[in-house]
Amino acid sequence: MIKILTKIDGINDVLENNNLLEIEFEKHNIIKIFTELKDNNEFNFNQLLDITAVDYPSREFRFDLIYILQSLTKNKKIILKTFIKENENIESITNIHKSADWYERECYDLFGIEFINHPDLRRIMTDYNFEGYPLRKDFPLTGHTEVRYDDLEKKVIYEPVKLTQEFRNFDSESPWEGMENKLFGDEKSTGEN
Amino acid sequence: MKEVELNTTTINFGPQHPAAHGVLRLVVELEGEVVQRAEPHIGLLHRGTEKLIEYKTYLQAVPYFDRLDYVSPMCQEHAFALATENLLGINVPERAKYIRVIFAEITRILNHLLNIPAYAADIGAVTPFLWCFEEREKLLEFHEAVSGARFHAAYFRPGGVHQDMPEGMEEKLFDHFKTLPKFIDDLESLLTNNRILRQRSVDIGIISKSEAIEWGCSGPVLRSAGVAWDLRRSQPYDAYDQVDFEVPVGKKGDCFDRYLVRIEEMRQSISIINQCLNKIKPGPISIEDNKITPPKRNQMKKSMEALIHHFKLFTEGYRVPAGQVYSAVEAPKGEFGVYLVSDGSSKPYRCKIRAPGFAHLQTLDHLSKGHLMADIAAILGSLDIVFGEIDR
Repeated sequence: MIKILTKIDGINDVLENNNLLEIEFEKHNIIKIFTELKDNNEFNFNQLLDITAVDYPSREFRFDLIYILQSLTKNKKIILKTFIKENENIESITNIHKSADWYERECYDLFGIEFINHPDLRRIMTDYNFEGYPLRKDFPLTGHTEVRYDDLEKKVIYEPVKLTQEFRNFDSESPWEGMENKLFGDEKSTGEN
Repeated sequence: MKEVELNTTTINFGPQHPAAHGVLRLVVELEGEVVQRAEPHIGLLHRGTEKLIEYKTYLQAVPYFDRLDYVSPMCQEHAFALATENLLGINVPERAKYIRVIFAEITRILNHLLNIPAYAADIGAVTPFLWCFEEREKLLEFHEAVSGARFHAAYFRPGGVHQDMPEGMEEKLFDHFKTLPKFIDDLESLLTNNRILRQRSVDIGIISKSEAIEWGCSGPVLRSAGVAWDLRRSQPYDAYDQVDFEVPVGKKGDCFDRYLVRIEEMRQSISIINQCLNKIKPGPISIEDNKITPPKRNQMKKSMEALIHHFKLFTEGYRVPAGQVYSAVEAPKGEFGVYLVSDGSSKPYRCKIRAPGFAHLQTLDHLSKGHLMADIAAILGSLDIVFGEIDR
């Protein structure tokens, strides 16, 4: 199967990792590759399991876009990966796999990746009128707004997050660091005597 | 110009509705009483589990999985444990594998014992609900006996299970599963040939083989459409290759088939548990590498090394080699998968949770088109929707 896969245009690399195939492809080939993977009887990857992304803010191609497909006849799973920049968009595969609809909406909602030709690209997970893309690494864990019911106005209101204690992220991997500012008298300990 | 009069009514179903099985807002467009379009609005229970996991160590991430599909907690820990073990490149001991299979199957029965009567209650039968809750309580006692918690168990951990089953547990399980088949027969006598249940569920919400695959359905929904696909069989994990069981399939893919598949799955689960109880042998229940699993309490009283390991494990956690993995288990609702990316630190870089219910709920518009408004409750019930996992 790997041999035939490498022959498809636009597929860069095929890896096999215990019963799971991993493929990297170029994003402009997406429609061609997914159609081929679905229709070719050698693979028959007819079930789309998931679409997701991974954010690497420091890279030029910021997002890894991940597609997970399954072939029920060949009993194989495959992970397809492509790289896209922050403000780039990618062709939707809703015409090939119907289930891509919500998965792409979720990806758009949480990462801000736009899918061209998607029938109904709206937010899905987050609140109505939500701003920002929560799963990006630069989005704070605590979020920006909080809601509460206001008894005077008789409605639910949105406010900026107020924490009684700052969010603390412990870096336990390097707990033993020396003090940076020297105390009065420290110079004696490094002296020549 | 000819004027066209639209006779559609749009109504809001939920977000608080007893038949919505949680917080689902459904915008339904009706023509008379016939559904033209049903559009689910989800995310009302979104808690940002995936984001939270990125800030926790691998061990601290385990309890989040109990809180996804809160009806079948252990099966989800299973997927996460398998994914982490895959990245770590470790293999859990034989006894741990059997314990995991036993409890994954108990969880499956628990899930179906909730879904079946809840479905029945949606379409008019209340008694099974009360009966099944009593049975569930008995099974939850087993959960409690091994993990200390009825639901939020945190029992399947990367490297094995948290602790061994208490003494005499195997006999108790064996005795209990002798009586359970009788209960399932009783339950069936209330439901299977009941005229109302049949009228409300036969030929309702039909999904064909190819549609079920196309929409990403898995578990009982896919099997009810006639596709004999079960991850426990086709891609066995832990001790599932050591046991013999049958994969029930439906013929039509309607609500009634989904109900029947679930009933039969409970019987198969009992058989799997019995086989495991016959095969399980004493032995270690987690890998004996203190870099991954904590040392025993009595070792810590004597050994400095053990104390250091314990401290490091519960502050820094263990480091997982960089890489990506997708591990899936056959959860009671379908294929529950975890896509895990590690950057070599002690916290997951990204943890994507593939929830079966998400794909199933997506088909609702397709399934309910042309049916009556009242059938939406039946279809939702038969899809086994739990919002903990869909909204994450």
